[in-house]
Order: sequence, then C-alpha cells, then structure tokens
Amino acid sequence: MIFFLQLVVTGFALGMIYALVAIGFVIILKCSNAFNIAQGHFVLIGGYLGYTFLVPFGLPVWASLLLSIGVGIVLGLLIERLTIRPLVGQPELAMIMMTIALATVLEGLATLIWGGEYKTYHGVLPTVTLKIGGISVPPESLIGLIVSVAAVAMLMALFRYTKIGLAMRATAEDLQVVQSVGIRATTVYAVSWVIACVVGVIGGILLGGVSGVMIPLAEIGLKAFAVVLLGGVNSIGGAIVAGIILGMLENVAAGYLDPLLPGGGLAQIFPFVVMIMVLIFRPYGLFGLARIERI
Amino acid sequence: MGLRRGTFHENYAQDMAIIRTRLHWGILFAFLLVLFACPLFLSDRMLTVMTMIGIAIISVHGLNILTGYCGLISIGHVGFMAVGAYTSAILTAKFGVPFWVALPCAALSAGMAGLLFGLPSLKIKGFYLIMATISAHFIIIWLVLHLRDLTGGPDGMAVPKPQIGSIVLTSKGSYFCLVMAMACLATFLAINIVRTRAGRAFVAVRDNDLAAEVMGISLWSYKLQAFFIGCVYAGVAGALLVHYYAFASVDQFPFMDSVWYLGMLIVGGMGSIPGAILGAVSLKLLDELVTVVGPILSKAVAAQAAASLALIARGLVIILFLIFEPRGLAHRWGMIRAYFRLWPFSHEELE
Repeated sequence: MIFFLQLVVTGFALGMIYALVAIGFVIILKCSNAFNIAQGHFVLIGGYLGYTFLVPFGLPVWASLLLSIGVGIVLGLLIERLTIRPLVGQPELAMIMMTIALATVLEGLATLIWGGEYKTYHGVLPTVTLKIGGISVPPESLIGLIVSVAAVAMLMALFRYTKIGLAMRATAEDLQVVQSVGIRATTVYAVSWVIACVVGVIGGILLGGVSGVMIPLAEIGLKAFAVVLLGGVNSIGGAIVAGIILGMLENVAAGYLDPLLPGGGLAQIFPFVVMIMVLIFRPYGLFGLARIERI
Repeated sequence: MGLRRGTFHENYAQDMAIIRTRLHWGILFAFLLVLFACPLFLSDRMLTVMTMIGIAIISVHGLNILTGYCGLISIGHVGFMAVGAYTSAILTAKFGVPFWVALPCAALSAGMAGLLFGLPSLKIKGFYLIMATISAHFIIIWLVLHLRDLTGGPDGMAVPKPQIGSIVLTSKGSYFCLVMAMACLATFLAINIVRTRAGRAFVAVRDNDLAAEVMGISLWSYKLQAFFIGCVYAGVAGALLVHYYAFASVDQFPFMDSVWYLGMLIVGGMGSIPGAILGAVSLKLLDELVTVVGPILSKAVAAQAAASLALIARGLVIILFLIFEPRGLAHRWGMIRAYFRLWPFSHEELE
C-alpha cells in the first residue's frame, strides 16, 4: 500500500509539471488556433537557461528565474513576429509544420550553444522535505509542485481578471468579432506566445532540477500532448486534471508493470497508448468542447 | 504543312494521356536511359546518394497520397517504413523467403499497420490525427525493440542482400537499378492512382470531408484506402532501405525522419506528383550539402556545429518555404512552364 501511495504522490508532483507544460500549449491553441509542437523545446531551452544562469554564472535562484523568464519573453516575441504572423490565414498544416520546424531549429540552437550535453544542477534549487506517514515526497518534486501551482494560479487570475486575459478568451471564441470591436489580434497572439514560452521555460528549470537537462528533455512535449488530448484541447482546467492523472497513471503503471515485462520501459510509451485510446473513444477529451462543423 | 505550336488535343485518348507529345516520349526515354546508365560512370558515393534519393521518393509518394491528396496528416510515416522493413528482414533472414516474395509481403504488412493506426482517422483530423500517427510511430518502434527474439531488439539484425532469380544484387550499381526501377514504378502508379475514382475521392475528402460525404463518398472506405496505399509505399521504401544496408536496426527509422518527409512535401509542393519528387531530391541534396559542410564547420567553430547545422538547416528550409513559397517548388515550376507556354503565343500556323 505504501508502495502504491508513494507512486501516486511522485506521479502527482510529476503530473503538475506536465500540466504546466500542457497549459502553455493550450493557451496558444486557444488564442491563435495553432498546435505548438515546439512546446517541449521551450522546456528544453528553459532547462539549459536555468543551468547557464545557476551554474556557470553562479547567480542566486531568484535572479536566474527572472533572467530566464526575460529570455523566454524575448524568445516568444521573436517567434511570434518572425514565424507565426506571416502564416495567419494559411491552412492548419502550414502552422503545424512551422512549429515542427521551429522545434528543429531550437534543438539545433540548443546543440550549438550548449553542446547537447547532459547538464545538471541537482541540489541548487531550494528543497522542501515533507513526509506524510511512511510516504516521503521527493524534495525537488515538491518545489516543482509549489511553483507549478503558483504559476497556474497566476494564469487563472490573468484570464479571469485582466483586460488582456479577457481579450485572449474572446479571441479564442471568435477572431472576427474581436477585431471588429477594436482589439488587436496581433497583440493577443504575441502575448499568448510569450506566456507559452515563459511557462515552458519555468517548466524546464523545474524539470532540470529534478532530472538534469539533455536534448531528449524536449520529448516532455510529446507527453504534454497526451495530457492535452486527455484533458480536452481547449480547457486549461482539463490540462491540469489530465496532467495529474497522466503523471500518476504513468508512475503506477511503470511501478507495477515494468517488473513483469522483459526490458521494461513501459513508462515511455504509456502516454502514447493513452493518446490512441482517447483519440479513438473520446476525441475531444474529458473537458473539451466537441467541435461542430458546418459545410 | 503548318508549324504546330502548343498542344491541341483532338480526342479523349489524347486528352487523358500522361505523356502527350513525341518530344515528351523522347525526353522520357533519354532520361531513363541516362538514369539506368548511371552505374557505368558515377562513383559509388554518388550512387549511394542517388539510391537514398530513390528510396525517399518512394516513401514521399506514399505520404503525398496520404497527406497531399487525402489531407490526412501523418507524422508516423517512418514507423510504417519500419514495419515493412522488419517484415522483409524477418522473412528473408529467418524464413529464407526470396526477396521478390518478401517485398510484396512487406508492402502488405505496412499497409495493414496503416489500416490499424488509420482507424482513429475516421473520427478525427488535423492535429488529433497527427498525435495518433506520432503515437503509432512510438508504439511500433517500442514493439520492434521489445520483440527481441524476432527483431533482435536494440542490437538490430542482419539482412541478406536481395536476390532475384539467380542474380544477387551485391554491387551498388545493381542495387541502384533496383531502387530506381521501383521508384519509376512508384511514380507511374502514383500518377495513375490520383487520376482514378479513388484519387478524385481523396481530393474531395481533403478539400472538405463533410461535403464529400454528402456527395456520397464513403469517408470510412476512402480514408482507410488512403492510409493503406500510403503505408504500402512506406513499406516498400523501408524494405529497400534495410536490404541496402544488409542490416536492420531501429536507428534507421528515427522519428525526425517522418517530419523530414513532410518537409519534403512542403518544399516540393503538396498534392503534386512532381512536387514529391522535387522535394525528395532537393532536400536529400541539402542533406548531402550539410554532410559536406558540417565537418568543415565543426573544425572551424565547435565540435557540435555539424550536428546543429543539420538541424538548423532543415528547420530553416521548411520555415522559409512556408513563409515565401507555401505551395512548393512544383508550383514555381508550373508558373515557369506556364510562362513559356504563353510566350510566344501558342497557335496553329496554317499554310
């Protein structure tokens, strides 16, 4: 029982980080109808940025976090202006291919700048130890959990109480209506990409603290897609719930099934099996809105 | 006799002909002659490059029918190539089946895998389908890695060189001819598939699937047909790939190659047979350029420059094409041709 609970708790903390990455994805999707395949690569860049500011520069944690977020903002603005805006009005595939190409370029840049090597800053981030009964919460995961919850709360507040948040929600509803009442759609796009970038960077710093940074870290993006599909592509709340569910399921499945299978590694394809199942049986996810199409 | 300028079709057969004039027949024969004479005067290195281009062309034709014509975006194409590759590898290496039997089996098994993973496409499209095909890729590769008794898992497996009758294709030249023959066949079939009832149905499904269904096109049947045909092409390409290396391993089927095949379609032009060929040729040549320039750059800048150059060059080409020429090289080529068709004005000069 303790083993099971331990797996659940670890999975919960992991799931919060998945949710954080998935939220960046959902925000872009909601505002500009673009499926951002490069979300995982924002995480990768974030991890490397965290490493750069924390280890070679030796800055304190808060300064590193702020600087990384700053770089994330600039990156988001550049990406939106240079690659996304020329594609407004193009077919869906063009946008998807653009984000895939972006992912490739970002991976190339990460390889060029950081050599694609394994970098770690284990123990640099502050840790909080917590023990409930016999279950210990891994300290790095806990700090991840706290930051994720804070970020999610801030985003929720942004969407609910600010003008730009309202504009973003409106853009998600109907682009033409938004433009006709004088809201600048380009600003909304830019803000959504900046938020996605920043969220990805924060997720990257957290994950880098847990498991180190390496090029395959970008594959977290693929897991975030599974989260997004499970939760429903246009629901932020859904992304959080699904992130936690998937993190737990993955950990529990790996904990119990891996010893039974020769070679193990079930955790790696688990999200994809979930994805196929969701796509076949409930394509719009747990909380997504079914899209009604008209000819 | 008047001098004939322009092409004028006088009956249905002429209108439907793929190759319309004597000049075109002449160009085609000259091209085939030069192509199959290549092993006589090209170096082994060049032949390898061209063999790889041929395999890419076969694969991209499949993806073009699936994505370009039917609008079902697949980023799991390499996974289906792996299915075909391992089918052929296992049949020839473990069961001693001759190559010319194993190749159709490979095509068929890849097609079957395509049908299976194409099932979600009946309910979903766009991004959702992309996710389903990405999942297909990872599940297939996971299976290959874990069915160790059959596939050798991460160690890979040795594959015999193909043998047709009593001829063993060991030399690079002979294998080049096999691949090019298959590529020509693939092109010929692709041109004809897209002109059939099924091909027109694919285009209708791509343009608006609901409208197509209202017109009486069975989405269920045609979407699965598109998946089957596309994956059959992938299976043949995969089988040719592993028989060329005489070795099969999952490293030959990296996920990013699926993306790269889609990139070839973008650069060449979606939904166009010449586009698929142009895209495959130009991006494979870009790859070669990168492998030549990479080491020089590595020495000059940093050790990792070669690896990053490959990634950045690939990404940038796709980005630039999406922004500046979203309809691809085939469109540009068509515009150039149209210009010269109008200049000088085509007319029939009578005596």
